[in-house]
Order: sequence, then C-alpha cells, then structure tokens
Amino acid sequence: MTMLRPGRLATLITGLVALFLLMPLIAVVPVSFTSRRYLSLPDGNWSLRHYRALFEDPAWLDSFLTSVKVGTAASLIAVVLATAFCCGLWMLRPRFRGLMTGFVLLPMVTPPVVSSLTLYFFLTRLTQWNGIIAYDTLGGVILAHVVMIVPYAVVVVMVSLSQLDRRIDLAAQSMGAGVATRLFGVILPNIRFGLIGAFFLCFLLSWDEIGVTLFVTSVNTVTLPRQMWMGLRDNVDPAIAALSVVLIAVVTLVVIARALIQHRKSRRGT
Amino acid sequence: MRPFLVLICPVLLLLGLSYLLPFLGIMRLSFTDPVPGLAQYRTVAEDPLILSVIWRTLRICAIVTAVSVAAAYVVTLLWVRGRPLTRSIVELCIMIPFWISVLSRAFGWLSFLSNRGLLNTWLKDAGLIETSLQMTRNEFAIIVGMSHYLIPFAVFPLATAMRNLDERTLIAAEGMGASRLRIFWQVFLPMTASGILGATLLVFVFSVGFFVTPALLGGGQSVMVAELIYLWIFQTPKWGLAAAMSVILMLGVGSILVLLMRRYGRIAQ
Repeated sequence: MTMLRPGRLATLITGLVALFLLMPLIAVVPVSFTSRRYLSLPDGNWSLRHYRALFEDPAWLDSFLTSVKVGTAASLIAVVLATAFCCGLWMLRPRFRGLMTGFVLLPMVTPPVVSSLTLYFFLTRLTQWNGIIAYDTLGGVILAHVVMIVPYAVVVVMVSLSQLDRRIDLAAQSMGAGVATRLFGVILPNIRFGLIGAFFLCFLLSWDEIGVTLFVTSVNTVTLPRQMWMGLRDNVDPAIAALSVVLIAVVTLVVIARALIQHRKSRRGT
Repeated sequence: MRPFLVLICPVLLLLGLSYLLPFLGIMRLSFTDPVPGLAQYRTVAEDPLILSVIWRTLRICAIVTAVSVAAAYVVTLLWVRGRPLTRSIVELCIMIPFWISVLSRAFGWLSFLSNRGLLNTWLKDAGLIETSLQMTRNEFAIIVGMSHYLIPFAVFPLATAMRNLDERTLIAAEGMGASRLRIFWQVFLPMTASGILGATLLVFVFSVGFFVTPALLGGGQSVMVAELIYLWIFQTPKWGLAAAMSVILMLGVGSILVLLMRRYGRIAQ
C-alpha cells in the first residue's frame, strides 16, 4: 500500500501550489506596516498608523457596523425562510418539489453579475415606491443579500433534514400532533445544529458579499467590503492591508482551531 | 393546504418578486432598449470591441480553468492519499485561503505583484532586474488572481471522485505488476475523470461571471464581460446592451449547468 502514496513529484508540485495559495496572505503583512500613504514596503520605518486608522477613522467603524447589521438581519431572514421552505417540503411532500427547489437555488448558480444587475434593476424600480427597501438603503441591501444567501441556507437545512429519521415524525403524527407541534416540538429541535450552521454560513457569505453590494449601494449604505473596494479602486489605501491582516489572522485561527478539534475527536473515536 | 401557504410560499414569493420578475424585465429591456427588436444582440455579435472582450473572457477563463483544475488535481491527490500529517497541512493550505474574502486576496496579489510590491523588491535586491516588472493591470495578474480564487473550488469535486474510487482496482493493478506510472495513467486518472469534468465545468462557470478580481487586478486595462456589464450600467448607460449581454451569459452558463446535471445524473443512475 505504501507504494500507492503520491510520489515525490506530486509532493513537490503540491508544495509549490501551497506556496502559491498562501503567498498573497503573506504579502499583505509587510505592506500593512508601511509608514507611507500608498502601497509600499516599509523601508526601515515600521508603523502602526494603518492599524490605528482602522479604529479611528469613522468610515471603517461605520462600515463594520453596517456589515454586522446587514449580516445579522439577512442571515436571520434567510434561515427562517429556508427552514420554513425545507420543512414544508419535508412534511407535506407537495408535487413539483424538484422544480421548486431548483427555483430557490437559482441565485446560487446564476453568474453573480447577472444577479447583481437583476437586483439593481429591481431596487431602482422600488425606489420610486418607497424609501425603506430601495437602492442604497439598509433595507435594500438586506433584501439583496437575503436573495443571494437563501439558496445556501436551503442546501444546509435540506442536508440536515435528510439525516432526520422520518419515523420520529410519524410517531408524533400518529399520536395526534398537528403541523405546528410536529414542526416546533419534533423537527426543529432535531435539526438545531443544522440551523446554527446555516446561520453562520449565511453570515459569512453576507459579510464577504461584494458583487451585488457594489451594484445596489453607492454612498449611504457602505458595508465593509464596499469600503475596502473604494480604497482599492482609486489609489490603494494601505489600511486595507491592516484590515486584511486582521481578517486573515481571525480566519487562520478559526480554521486551525477547527482542525485541532476534529483531530482530537477522530483520535478519541478510534 | 394552509401549511403550504405559510411554510413554502414565502420564499417562492420573495424570489419570484425580487428575482424572477426583474430578470424578466431585463430580458424585455434587451429587446426594447434603445431599439425594439434584436438590434442589441446584433451589436453584441458584430461590434469588434465587444467581441474582443468576449474573446478575452473566454481565453482567460479557459486558461484559468486549465491551471486551476491541474493544480487542484495534484493538491487533492495529496489531500486524499497522503500521509496523515501531509493531509492536515494540505487541508489548512486549501481552507485558509478559501474562507478569506475575495477583496483581501486580490489586495494580497496587488501587494505581491505591484511595482513596489514584494516580488519586485526581492528581484531588485537580488540584482536580477533593474526596473520594476509590470505584473499588475494586465491579463497575467487576472489569471493569477482568478486561479488563486478558484483552486479550492476545483478541489472539492476532485476530492469526492478520489474518495469514491474503489481501492481494490489499484491493488489489483499493483498485484498484476503495473508500474506506478501505469497505475496512475491507466487506472487512477480514467477513474477520476468524472471529477475532472465536474471541476472543469464548475470552475469555468464560476470564472465566466467573475467581476471583482478582474476589475481590481486588471486595473481597467483588460476588461472582461462582467466588468463590461458594470461599465454599461454605471459609466456609459447602455441598459439594452447590458441586458442582452446578461441574457447571453445566463444562457451560456445555463447550458453548461444542464450538461453537468445530465452527466452527473447518468453516473448516479
């Protein structure tokens, strides 16, 4: 069996690809400590000014708060809608289930730029009717994000429902439980971890969303990625390097922690 | 049928109103704005500038897809079949970039490749070059950035194919005296072909509608289809052309997806 492990050439190529994958994450670190106002490497003068700017510049702070608000609201709405939809399909088994699921998954497979254009078109039309859910408003961004992330919530909830034993629900039904009791007393408690997972995935997707946000906002509703985009487009602002270093550090810690927990679990398992 | 209304309908209603209906509106625009009829589609098919953007998009996407799938294949090989420690390291190298925002990654490449970036500084310090090499604001940078984004996406279907492979076929080939190279080319590679096809189509579909990375790393010099749509909306308003291009993009991606589902449906049967 040892013979069928990947050989030296494969290991070498993987090493190069791994370096390629990590390179941009490494390259931002020195840039974030530059003392200049433009993208450059620190030549002797290491400075924390760009990290300080993240905390002192109200633009960064506001966009951070906007992203938290949008992410929380959009994820909650998406998970509730997706859960209702999936549980409805699971309990009622109506006709055209495949068609309905396919329709709900549409925003996930559509090219992002087409979704962006569609939602921009929709929100600019709505602006003529109201000022809450409209172009460049918090409500508008939340709605656009819900549309984009609801397919992912549906996929996660469907996977956890597929692992649920139908006989539990049948037992409840035979003892006279109505739809509400079955839903809130039987099904939801059993898939609670799936729901939490769906919420976190949705929040992450909304947190990172830039394609659609770019189309449906301008200056009044600025999320964190939108703020980064503005600093990247014109002349590159090294504060983005500082922010990227913070984000990369958080992601790296979470991914490593998760790997360690899984490692320990699998060890205990065997 | 009240539970049906309460549970299933809200999401269908939401997407119907805020997604399907406006998309139909865009389709209508593509046939009406500014000239009724097929004029917008004719412009897309005949204008040399637009055609050059489409051609560039297809070329970049083809290169990116080939690079990403090839790199991902080797990486997945080690992730699925390597020693336990190697597997953990490879997994971290895939998962960490995967979860990092596309903007941070594009910025990372700018920091590495730009005139005052890491690579140019290293090369100058080593005395290999005198003046900075221009490595951003061109197709090279777009290809690098997009491949970086898409490699993790190519890994997942490949990993599924490699995990589902029947180990006994490899043992049988080995038992009959096939060399390592022959086992790879004649047994392992053909048996993971479905994963390669899946990864290729997935990466290509993702890359065609890509907007952020090309816009940032191409620096407005090498415009791709998605950025062209953006420009047609926000800089030189040409709604009809943007709509027509979106419909074409949607049709192209849709037909690839149908192909993918047919293919996978057949394998599942």
